[in-house]
Amino acid sequence: MATAVRTTEQHSADTAVADGAPAVRIDHVHKVFGRPGSAQAVLDDITLDVRPGEFVCLLGASGCGKSTLLNLVAGLDRPTAGTITVPGGGRPALMFQEHALFPWLTAGKNIELALRLRGVPRAERRPEAERLLSLVRLDGSYGKRVHELSGGMRQRVALARALAQDSNVLLMDEPFAALDAITRDVLHGELTRIWAETGVSVLFVTHNVREAVRLAERVVLLTSRPGRVAREWAVDIPQPRRIEDAAVAELSIEITEELRGEIRRHGQH
Amino acid sequence: MASTETVPADKKGSAGAQDLAGLEAGLDALDAVQVRRTPFTQVLVKKVLPPVSAVLLVLVVWQLAVLAGFAPETKLPAPRAVGSSFMTLWNEGQLLDIIWTSVERGLLGFLAAVAIGTPVGLVVARVPFVRSAIGPILSGLQSLPSVAWVPAAVIWLGITDSAMYAVILLGAVPSIANGLISGIDQVPPLYLRAGRTLGASGVSGARHILLPAALPGYLAGLKQGWAFSWRSLMAAELIASSPDLGTGLGRYLENMREGSDMPGIFLGIILILVVGIAIDLLIFSPLERRVLRTRGLVSRSQ
Ligand SMILES: Nc1ncnc2c1ncn2[C@@H]1O[C@H](COP(=O)(O)OP(=O)(O)OP(=O)(O)O)[C@@H](O)[C@H]1O
Ligand SMILES: [Mg+2]
Repeated sequence: MATAVRTTEQHSADTAVADGAPAVRIDHVHKVFGRPGSAQAVLDDITLDVRPGEFVCLLGASGCGKSTLLNLVAGLDRPTAGTITVPGGGRPALMFQEHALFPWLTAGKNIELALRLRGVPRAERRPEAERLLSLVRLDGSYGKRVHELSGGMRQRVALARALAQDSNVLLMDEPFAALDAITRDVLHGELTRIWAETGVSVLFVTHNVREAVRLAERVVLLTSRPGRVAREWAVDIPQPRRIEDAAVAELSIEITEELRGEIRRHGQH
Repeated sequence: MASTETVPADKKGSAGAQDLAGLEAGLDALDAVQVRRTPFTQVLVKKVLPPVSAVLLVLVVWQLAVLAGFAPETKLPAPRAVGSSFMTLWNEGQLLDIIWTSVERGLLGFLAAVAIGTPVGLVVARVPFVRSAIGPILSGLQSLPSVAWVPAAVIWLGITDSAMYAVILLGAVPSIANGLISGIDQVPPLYLRAGRTLGASGVSGARHILLPAALPGYLAGLKQGWAFSWRSLMAAELIASSPDLGTGLGRYLENMREGSDMPGIFLGIILILVVGIAIDLLIFSPLERRVLRTRGLVSRSQ
């Protein structure tokens, strides 16, 4: 099983695909917060490409700038230096750590709002919303209010709403962090199935190493303060994987060691 | 069909997938929120009984105080006397006229206050310059009793309906605007960011995200705005007297005072209170409860 894992130590810029444009290109991005006097460099020279249809997990300690990076890719904020391009055009879909569903709308209407803002004609919205709900296995929840749904169901509606944007790129910011292990496991299954069905490119942020290895084709480890790409691993374990698979555990241990080393380095000065 | 699994080649994987689907159904069943309506009798016991008992208690204490002779009849009339003033007014056919004169004025003034206060609130909340300029004045105005405007309004506009409306507006516009401002301020930034990733910005952002998200605060402002409208109007009617104005509840109360008719004065106070409460109970409370309930901010049993 040891051969199922291939690690690459190179900087991610070198691994950029030659054939065709990437789905997301993050090119020498810097982000500094605060005024010149008390500036805090959060991201330092991040270069990362996501290939079309690729599933990339971004891993890093708390506060290392993962959310900041996703916000930049989503266009909610601007990089201090460097460029981010989404060659497929359009706005990437972003799924927040909290479900971010609108409580004044039902589950179905939340999805329809995304469709409406995308310009889908009125008559097509309802059937499309129903289709997306059944994609996340929530048939029959169209009329449910957000507070009537459980945490796991809310995250699935949020996923359906993100998919309603019909973007080539899906950004996910620790979407399952607040869920219990079994629900998270179920949603991992759903997400890999939907990813395989839709061919969307996914940039998935997490600080859970096992989750990253369970889901990703490629795991990218960020350092903290400032955030840099430390190392990346290609995950060659075939899907469907289970979080308890031996190969998943093995690679997780290796990555965790590396992550610990990263964190320890901070204690030394 | 979305419900069909992507069936993996080996049997073990497929069993695993079915396992997962079963697990998922189980989790959903466990998570499902039971929604049921409270039975009618329970509503009666929980919501109607307490206020009715309170009113009865007040009547009993009042009657006892009269019987004990705490104060002469000219200062503390018996509930019966107030009741017969009510019947007289009713039989003369004046009661509804008096109530309607005030309610019509109050509601019209209130609607005008909504029409003015809403755009003012929006602009103050969203334009920093305007906010620094008139934000403090707007919240300061809220603590100025609008009855203080009556003398000025009467001199500017004469003893007319316009003066009444001016006083209502000065009382209600600031609280409606402030309600909307605090509603907008309290919108979680997450909703705005979520809206932006969905493509809602500018006007469509205001329409689809900002205003619906601010609705609970806005409704609270409307409710308070109504209370202020009603209060201001009563004060204005008490002070300003002219045959052109007709007789509203405030005027009726003042007429009774001039005639030293104590049961009439009590009746006037009670009617003003009842109308204020009734409008709140019939219009604002259901609206507010509905909005809060659909957002899961109050439980159904409340
Ligand atoms: N708007 C902001 N202004 C100033 N500093 C900020 C801002 N947003 C984030 N930061 C800082 O940037 C750093 C990275 O924050 P970020 O939210 O991106 O971390 P994260 O990797 O997502 O952490 P977590 O795993 O806990 O979610 C933190 O130190 C934070 O204090
Ligand atoms: Mg984060």
